[in-house]
Amino acid sequence: MIAFVDADGYPLSVATDFRTEPERGVVVLDGVAGDEVQPPEGELVNVVFSHIRPQPGVGYDQRRYVSLWGELLRSNGHLELSAERVQQWDEEEMSFFEFSERGVPQARRYFEQVSAETGREVRPRLSFGWLFLRATRLPFLTATIVPVLLGIAVAALGNGFSSWLAVLTLVGAACVHLALNTANDVFDTLSGADEANVNPTQFSGGSRVILYGLLRLRSMALLSGGLYAVGIGIGIGLAATRGWSLLWVGIAGALISLFYTAPPLRLVHRGLGEISVGIGFGPIMALGAYFVQAREYALEPLLASLPVGILIALILYVNEVPDRRADAVAGKRTLPVRLSKKSVVRGYELAVAVTFTLIAGFAISGLIARPAIIALAALPLAFPVRRALRNSYESPYALMPAMARNIQLHLVTGLLLVAGYGIGIVADAALDDPPFFLS
Amino acid sequence: MSELTVIDPLGRPVTHPLIPLYDGELIYLTSSVLFSRKLEHIKANPKVALSISDPLAVQVDHFRRATIQGDACVDDSDLHSGWEERVLPLWRKKEPVIDTLLGKRVALPLFFERAIIEVRPRRAFLWEDGRTDRPPQVFELLEAVR
Repeated sequence: MIAFVDADGYPLSVATDFRTEPERGVVVLDGVAGDEVQPPEGELVNVVFSHIRPQPGVGYDQRRYVSLWGELLRSNGHLELSAERVQQWDEEEMSFFEFSERGVPQARRYFEQVSAETGREVRPRLSFGWLFLRATRLPFLTATIVPVLLGIAVAALGNGFSSWLAVLTLVGAACVHLALNTANDVFDTLSGADEANVNPTQFSGGSRVILYGLLRLRSMALLSGGLYAVGIGIGIGLAATRGWSLLWVGIAGALISLFYTAPPLRLVHRGLGEISVGIGFGPIMALGAYFVQAREYALEPLLASLPVGILIALILYVNEVPDRRADAVAGKRTLPVRLSKKSVVRGYELAVAVTFTLIAGFAISGLIARPAIIALAALPLAFPVRRALRNSYESPYALMPAMARNIQLHLVTGLLLVAGYGIGIVADAALDDPPFFLS
Repeated sequence: MSELTVIDPLGRPVTHPLIPLYDGELIYLTSSVLFSRKLEHIKANPKVALSISDPLAVQVDHFRRATIQGDACVDDSDLHSGWEERVLPLWRKKEPVIDTLLGKRVALPLFFERAIIEVRPRRAFLWEDGRTDRPPQVFELLEAVR
């Protein structure tokens, strides 16, 4: 389609056939008939090649266009264009999500313009519920629920169970987790990591509510502070009633979560992000939950939480793959920033192997409840993740299903460990002398 | 699907693929703030042209090519829900899938912050059989309205 400005000053566009002559660097367009629609010679025109396929009931796919600007020359009844400028998009080369993400600076500029025109601040909006879900990254709470339930389950097998203490533990740990997520966004905004990342997915790249203008930095910082206050308050209350030794893991957990991205430690910038998350959402959560129930520390919850800790670190590890370029720009020395693709894939394979070897070894030896060996059933969930890392390493959006599967790997493994302890608890209650494989 | 051509501050035509909606009087298009440069251009110069040119993108029994010139204005008085109130019913009628997409607003919040582009048709060029190697019929729409 040739678009030009007509004698009345209006744009006018007319479709025609074309062929390209790459050796001459020109596009040869068929002439069009009619005085009113004749493209001008010697003036700048816009020639657009556009393709889109409607998918009834779904939307559109195969979206691509090339827009050229240049002057036309008439030759043998044809029009020849030598392009001076080009703009293009092909969704097979750049996903719609990335294409949209690259428009965020323009969106912010437009909101500022409309605000200036209307004399009132105009901002994008989301309903409170969706905004809270997005800002806190609420669905990631499974990372907290799994180790807390595991710690409680280990305690319940040998030391009894208090439901209200379990609820308080879950709420307190969840608050600290959501505080970590929101604090992470605050510091990633300040460091420029979020702005540099044009490949966010639903599993990586942060909540982006500050970047999009949905929440102010200050509001997010207040939300984070409030969540920390509630979480820490619950922790102190539990420590006061169940034993001050709880503070050791509480303080360690809060410090790890805060200094994950906060200065001066900025653990993720020093290449300690994965191990920090593994410790925080593995042993620390499980030991804390165990202590609240049992009023003491023990080796068993620590051992039971190691596989969960490794798998949560692997969630971060895989989710960092699409973020690695933006993270590198922001100085975040994550493992995928530092390692080659081959090493990242090998690292994943090794970590999964260690995780399930630990489960088998601990369960068979009786260091954790033997029925917890059922968690081995989750291993096949790791295979598609490994395959996607090998085949789609450079395609953030093709990696998304693997990221989802990797989260399932953590969740299912953790819940099966908890279920294994559940079997042990039921066997203990139902049988006077349960067989060794049920204890 | 259509192609909207606007004029940038340097006087150059710039074309964007957009979904047109029509209520019998005005043509409506919407633009996300993510791709809002065209809105800035229209505010500076309201002269636009809208083309129906691609038979694959316009799935109708009898395909004809048309270009409509007109004067556009931008309604960005309520970017969040103004377009839902004013043009979503037309959009839904044309593409029911919009409701499914809108349900995922939390995933792409800025995509659904949208301004309305209203085009008052001024002149139309119609290629009855789609062939532009034949002269178009020309309709002066403003005069017809008067």
